Amino acid sequence: MGLKEMNKVMSNKWVITLYVLPALLLIAILVFIPLILTGYYGLMDWDGVGEMYFIGLENYVTALQDMKFWDSAWHSFLLAIFSTLSLAIYLAISLILASKIRGANLLRKIYLIPMLLSSVAIAQLWIKVFNPTNGMLNHILIALGVENPPAWLADTSIVLFAIFVPILWQYAGFYILIYYAALKNIPESIIEAARIDGASPLQIAYRIKLPLIMGVIKVTIVLAVVGSLKYFDLIYVMTGGGPNGASEVMASYMYKLAFSSKDFGYGSAIGFLLLVITLIVTVIIRKVTASKEEIQY
Amino acid sequence: MKRIGYFVLYICLGGVALFQVFPIIWLFLFSLKDNREIFSGSPFALPSEFRWENYVKVWEGGIGTYFWNSIWITSVAIIITVLFASMATFAITRMKWKLSKPVLGLFMVGLMIPIHSAIIPLFSMFLNINLIDNPWSIVITYTAYNLPITIMILLGFYYTLPREIEEAAIIDGCSINRMFFKIILPMTAPVLSTTVIINMIYNWNEFVFVNTFISSDAYKTLTVGIQNFIGQYMTDWGAIGATLIISVLPILLAFLFFSNKVVEGISASAVKG
Repeated sequence: MGLKEMNKVMSNKWVITLYVLPALLLIAILVFIPLILTGYYGLMDWDGVGEMYFIGLENYVTALQDMKFWDSAWHSFLLAIFSTLSLAIYLAISLILASKIRGANLLRKIYLIPMLLSSVAIAQLWIKVFNPTNGMLNHILIALGVENPPAWLADTSIVLFAIFVPILWQYAGFYILIYYAALKNIPESIIEAARIDGASPLQIAYRIKLPLIMGVIKVTIVLAVVGSLKYFDLIYVMTGGGPNGASEVMASYMYKLAFSSKDFGYGSAIGFLLLVITLIVTVIIRKVTASKEEIQY
Repeated sequence: MKRIGYFVLYICLGGVALFQVFPIIWLFLFSLKDNREIFSGSPFALPSEFRWENYVKVWEGGIGTYFWNSIWITSVAIIITVLFASMATFAITRMKWKLSKPVLGLFMVGLMIPIHSAIIPLFSMFLNINLIDNPWSIVITYTAYNLPITIMILLGFYYTLPREIEEAAIIDGCSINRMFFKIILPMTAPVLSTTVIINMIYNWNEFVFVNTFISSDAYKTLTVGIQNFIGQYMTDWGAIGATLIISVLPILLAFLFFSNKVVEGISASAVKG
């Protein structure tokens, strides 16, 4: 009995197949095949139940000329920009949190709580917060002496930004958690050495800590941008993309086309564009933020 | 000087904490009030009397069915996901075969897929095999979409298991199945519990799939159920608040008891991105 026997047992093809196949089949059938089919359905004129008619690239051409699609794409990109910018705030909070603050562990868990709630609960809660006459926000604003506070979700010029607030609120704790963990991973000796050399806390943060967690920061940028581009839940529940398309994003527009207007062909085309845009943007961010050498410590 | 600095920092951190939890506290407060008190009183005020009848009212109004559906769909999906993911991770990390790296890569790609891009074909697929408005469509979809993150969390643990365990088992004449189910799987209990709680949060909170595939009230889970349910209490804020609190309570309780596991699991989801 030796290595040979061991290798033989551990490379038994039947066992490997038996162990991998259930997971592989599920993910192939329910994740990858549908993704490919989305692109294919995008070539069809189809109401979801009846006959499919092949119409070539017509849906994709229509999409490129569809102002509603471009508006929704712009809103998605705006969310991506806001999410990415907000990372700076989370980074600052994490820097404070990781600098020997008592109760840091408890605080980062408190920050995480919104992320544990369902989108429907968050949406319903913030609908109430934004309620023009009885909501928490306007109650506070009126108490502070603001006359005629806005009707947040009903105002086409404000609604998109109002809805960004709960979206950012939901994920803030997630990013703080990640930055905090990365910062805590920096060896204390490096910080100590810099301190002995007379570096100020700000210098240490900016010149030592940030470069050392650059890899993590890049990952969070990708997560924030991709997560924003495909964002759906709160927008669908809170406003349904309204009023008058003012808060429509790509995913909500796609969903509406397919399941409200029964235009499955066109909806699929938008869904496929969403996939392609997400992939392209991911590659671009990776390229732009790629450095020649990763910092090692 | 230094003390003042720390004081300012604590104020900042406390302010953020308040911003994160205050809306939820406000929700809990108004779930115990009646409309008159919510609309005229301060949002920060405690209820003049705790109106638990709001909770009784919505529970008797039929929210129980949704609650039960959420529990069984979440649980069954967790069991299948964790079992399949463990088996696949075992084969990928411990067994010797040429395609193990590409197959792992395939699962990891699954982490970045925008689910909405797949939902139209999924819908028509389920329509064709008569799984629309059938809770099993939800169970298998949850399983498939949670496999990547579950495998990702399991990976690190499986890589660190010592080879000697398998050697000893094989020398003792143990079959691979016995080795996996009786020795390896029990050893992974600490990381399994992390995957269970992460799956629980995802499944319990999921909205789009249920909203798309399920139309009968009898099969709806809490997220979609309360979305319609709230409609009938349009102006009764206390009832809406009570409904929302009931829907988030199981997850908040799980977090209270297993916060370290939650933190661990959520961190793992960002390691590779």
